[in-house]
Amino acid sequence: MRNVLAIVRKELKTYFNSPIAYIFMIVFLTLSSWLFFRGFFLIGQAEMRPFFSLMPWLFLFFIPALTMRLWAEERKLGTVEILMTLPVKDWELVMGKFLAGFILLCITLLLTFPLPVAVAALGDPDPGPLIGGYLGTVLMGAAYMAIGLFASTITENQIIAFIVGVVFCFAMLIVGEEIVLFSVPDFLAPLFRYLGLGVHFSSIGRGVLDSRDIVYYLSVIGFFLYMCVHTIEGRRWR
Amino acid sequence: MIEVENVTKRFGTVVAVDNVSFTVKKGEILGFLGPNGAGKTTTMRMITGYIFPDSGTVRVAGYDIFENPIEIRKHIGYLPEDNPLYTDISVMDYLEFLAQVRDIPKEKRRARIDEVVDICGLGDVLYRDIGELSRGYRQRVGLAGCMIHDPEILILDEPTSGLDPNQVVGIRELIKELGREKTVIISTHILPEVSATCNRVIIINKGKLVADGSPEELSNMMSGRASVVIGVRAPKEEVENRLREAPFVESFAETPSGEEGVLRYRITPSDGAKATEELFKLAVQNGWVLTELYRERVSLEEVFRQLTTSEEG
Repeated sequence: MRNVLAIVRKELKTYFNSPIAYIFMIVFLTLSSWLFFRGFFLIGQAEMRPFFSLMPWLFLFFIPALTMRLWAEERKLGTVEILMTLPVKDWELVMGKFLAGFILLCITLLLTFPLPVAVAALGDPDPGPLIGGYLGTVLMGAAYMAIGLFASTITENQIIAFIVGVVFCFAMLIVGEEIVLFSVPDFLAPLFRYLGLGVHFSSIGRGVLDSRDIVYYLSVIGFFLYMCVHTIEGRRWR
Repeated sequence: MIEVENVTKRFGTVVAVDNVSFTVKKGEILGFLGPNGAGKTTTMRMITGYIFPDSGTVRVAGYDIFENPIEIRKHIGYLPEDNPLYTDISVMDYLEFLAQVRDIPKEKRRARIDEVVDICGLGDVLYRDIGELSRGYRQRVGLAGCMIHDPEILILDEPTSGLDPNQVVGIRELIKELGREKTVIISTHILPEVSATCNRVIIINKGKLVADGSPEELSNMMSGRASVVIGVRAPKEEVENRLREAPFVESFAETPSGEEGVLRYRITPSDGAKATEELFKLAVQNGWVLTELYRERVSLEEVFRQLTTSEEG
């Protein structure tokens, strides 16, 4: 655990010592607030749901942008050789990098607090969907983060890591959508529906906390983090 | 301390390291020589556990690389080739990160960081981002990083590449200093560096180990091929004719003697010939006045060139 924390600290320092973290937060907060308020006054309903429904699409680009450097940069700089000859297990490296990205994401989401405050001031929103919305957003962000981290382990080129990350996240997001479900054989449809990131997101977003949704997200995160460890370990045998 | 046992590593169809075995004892400073692409870096990477061998094994401080890689890494300080470093954090942050991962107790961390900063002369740049530093400073950051946990073994892959002569001397002094109590392996293709710092040399070529011994041993091993210099006061034509006829002379070349009437030649003897003795006899037989006669010392350069350029067979 000490090793994981050391890596988290190092990654966070790198994020905040360079402009990455600030650009990420400012652009994300500006864009999400603007998109939200643009519709908010037209609809005239004091609820956060339109805000949360933006998240799968904003994260699609923002999260791979955050994760693309985590491994690709280490390989490009060659520092991966230092990292992988430290007395640290491969899973600790992966976990440290994942958590660093996750913490940055959580800080950013905490900074969206003026939105629910504004909504609460203008109306009387239901707390269920609000809490569920944030929880779903955090879980989905974490899932994207794991996918993006995996994309970053397979290349030393950050641009490729970004694009592959976006494509994987997009694929995971839309497999559960109706349009995909129509085009696959009937017996596969339930499986595809279950695999889609978006479906679980909207059910948590309604304020319905179902353990199956949480298990689903944790499995996606676990699977992709495992794939990261597997890829990194495999490199030692090349 | 380090045992490398029949280690082989292939990359695709290329055999980078081919059945290499050697051991390094505690307190040795081992120079690891070879042309570019000979397999030096690959061997070092296998000792540090960055990559695993295809066959054979490595044991460090009694631990096997396959069974206990983490334990091995605790004993080693490793400076990889080209000294890779994080560019976006400060020297202090970097050393702190390493101190943490290297399990230096919190209360001792600051003292230990101060110590290596002092040894490596990083005091002036401690809070600057590593990316802003000059090459010499970066090399010192790399060295500071690999010795922060005071490891018993230091593995340095071309530690002086890209440094100016003054810096090179500084780093060599440092390595010698460290070598008093530690086991050090340095790879390099700068040969004077080896004579200056190492008490043992391993030469590898095309993935195979071709020589192993102290710098003196290697020179002696090759001394049958050492040139012999002879100076005589005698008629030029006669001397050259005799030398041309002599069976123990492979080739000879005149070199300036700087003295009126004295001829001076550098002679490459044929294999196995006792050229010095034969030349003495030749001079006596012909009544030449001998002004000098000696065997040149074979430099490590010569040994290296012989071992790494000669074709098989």
